[in-house]
Amino acid sequence: MTSKFDDSAQRSRRAFLRGAAATGATAALATKAAAQAAAPGKPDPLITDIQDWNRTLGPGVDAAPYGKPSPFEKHVVRRNVPWLTADAISSINFTPLHELDGVITPNGVCFERHHSGVAEIDPTKHRLMINGLVDKPLIFTMDDLKRMPGRINRPYFLECAANGGMEWRGAQLNGCQFTHGMIHNVWYTGIPLKTLLDEAGVKASGKWIMPEGADSAAMTRSIPIEKAMQDCIVAWGMNGEALRAEQGYPLRIVVPGWEGNMWVKWLRRIEVGDQPWHHREETSKYTDLLADGRSRRFTWIMDAKSVVTNPSPQAPLRHKGPNVLTGLAWSGRGSIRRVDVSVDGGRNWQTARIDGPVSPLSLTRFYIDFDWDGRELLIQSRAMDNTGYVQPTKDELRKVRGTNSIYHNNGIQTWLVRGNGETENVEIS
Amino acid sequence: MSRFRNLLLAATGVAALGAIPVATQAQQTQRPQAQSQAQAMQPAAKKTGLGRIAHPDEVKAWDTDVRPDGHGLPPGSGSVKAGEELYQTQCAACHGEFGESAGRWPMLAGGAGSLNREQPEKTIGSFWPYASTAFDYIKRAMPYGNSRSLSDDEVYAITAYVLFLNDLVKEDFTLSKENFLTVKLPNQGTFYDDDRETTERSFWKKEPCMKNCKAEPAKITGRARMLDVTPDSKTGPKVD
Ligand code: HEC
Repeated sequence: MTSKFDDSAQRSRRAFLRGAAATGATAALATKAAAQAAAPGKPDPLITDIQDWNRTLGPGVDAAPYGKPSPFEKHVVRRNVPWLTADAISSINFTPLHELDGVITPNGVCFERHHSGVAEIDPTKHRLMINGLVDKPLIFTMDDLKRMPGRINRPYFLECAANGGMEWRGAQLNGCQFTHGMIHNVWYTGIPLKTLLDEAGVKASGKWIMPEGADSAAMTRSIPIEKAMQDCIVAWGMNGEALRAEQGYPLRIVVPGWEGNMWVKWLRRIEVGDQPWHHREETSKYTDLLADGRSRRFTWIMDAKSVVTNPSPQAPLRHKGPNVLTGLAWSGRGSIRRVDVSVDGGRNWQTARIDGPVSPLSLTRFYIDFDWDGRELLIQSRAMDNTGYVQPTKDELRKVRGTNSIYHNNGIQTWLVRGNGETENVEIS
Repeated sequence: MSRFRNLLLAATGVAALGAIPVATQAQQTQRPQAQSQAQAMQPAAKKTGLGRIAHPDEVKAWDTDVRPDGHGLPPGSGSVKAGEELYQTQCAACHGEFGESAGRWPMLAGGAGSLNREQPEKTIGSFWPYASTAFDYIKRAMPYGNSRSLSDDEVYAITAYVLFLNDLVKEDFTLSKENFLTVKLPNQGTFYDDDRETTERSFWKKEPCMKNCKAEPAKITGRARMLDVTPDSKTGPKVD
């Protein structure tokens, strides 16, 4: 599989352009002679003048015991859409995907969704209860959990089922941060949930589990026991440090590949039962209302999806000539096998180069290196996973689901790049 | 110097304690290299004995969840009348006097027959499949900002009142653990399990189209610009 990616990586920028050029004016990305611009008439004062930072001393160690990004990166932040929700306590913000690269989301910009604000929990006062259809109902402290054998580290994406939910009726938000930013991808450290369930001893009648949060929303979801035993994690770490408070400190459940709402934060209890609970978050919310008025329930898996993060409305093209198109792909059913990119609104496609790890249920990074001659582009990306699932168009999705389902919008995104580089969220025929 | 000695002592102490784990590690390196992540996690070893047995009162304190079959309902009851008073003082400010919502907070009543319309209104009466969900949720998470402050009788009463606001019970109704299952919500029958793998079978394609996939050049049919609701105002970029 890797060699397949390598093959496509070796296809040159020109090959991509030939493919595109063959398709006519709207698709063309012309090549430009590969020669450097001549030396300027005047030298660059940034080079010839001595700058402040060339001369003076900077702050010493410990000036920032916990470091932050450079002040020049202060625009790289989570943002919300205030009109979406009634208040910021039960609300959502978005990961700045267009400012990130690679596959790991830095902890400080992982999108947030809370139903009752961020609970502040002293880890020494946190308890995890396992109860219900078990041989022994048990209580664990954080110390107990960290003494458990079999600690693991895994990279997984967490995507809110409502990611893209505002776009069902048509293009709405200008920015991949807003259209696709309810996702993050971090390394989790913890123990398999199975270890805890085995410790308590699940009875033969135990078919479902229900994680519950310690915040004042006391979030609950029903998860089948097979999933709980297969790959769920009780996690206290993300990207090598403790969970951030807004991600459930000190403890959350990780439900790989499944919708983010199930990944209960501030995890305080896991009940084992013989039936699902049909609680608010799996009835009123996170059910998919279809055009005929009926609803799908238990739509847990996040289907394969991708988005070009650069260029995108918040990250327009600023230069003709060589440019790097990049984006992210993921699938809740497995790993990404291939990502195709079109610059002519889906008439012709080119397989993108994948770089970095291709890990199951984790974000995958793709690139296309191209030359831009200033023509209008209609950019799309299409992910395919190792089950053969191919990311559908928005119209294909709407044909099956109508426009009222809110959740699970994994349709292909189109960005229009205009001649001045400005990039817009559009829908096309 | 002495600090170094202490460190050294501590280190040797750890090494001694570590004798057994070291042996295990050695064994591990003989095993086939790191399991793939797709592989299911290893079967748990013998019980660790970590954690402790939960006290029944601890379980009772946290295990308040209720299911559609009535499992988990506490003893108690409450009337629509009692619920009206509680609702008007503790809920109406956000959810509206009649459950119609005050501003942008969730609607709790109305919307019957709207589910297949362009603007569906999903409320307890129009959308929710089970009354138990309302009882469970109100008890665990409402009123917003003062969760777990209602007594069980109060939760019965408020649930009864919300059902009344949805024309599902009469004004003189009293909801109790005993009669809870007599309340059926009208939309229950319309939910069905995820069937994407059959109804969306066409999304599993072996070879997606790569060349000349559309007869006509793509035309723009909609722009975010037109309904631009993006929070940031944007200035046009400069291209060199
Ligand atoms: C301060 C405002 C406020 C008050 C007061 C309040 N709620 Fe809520 N209610 C909310 C918010 C906000 C949500 C959504 C929370 C979330 O995002 O999970 C909600 C959700 C609900 C829901 C779920 C709605 C749905 O469609 O899923 C119910 C039922 C509910 N409240 C009942 C009540 C009851 C009963 C009371 C009084 C005991 C009450 N609420 C008091 C703000 C309020």
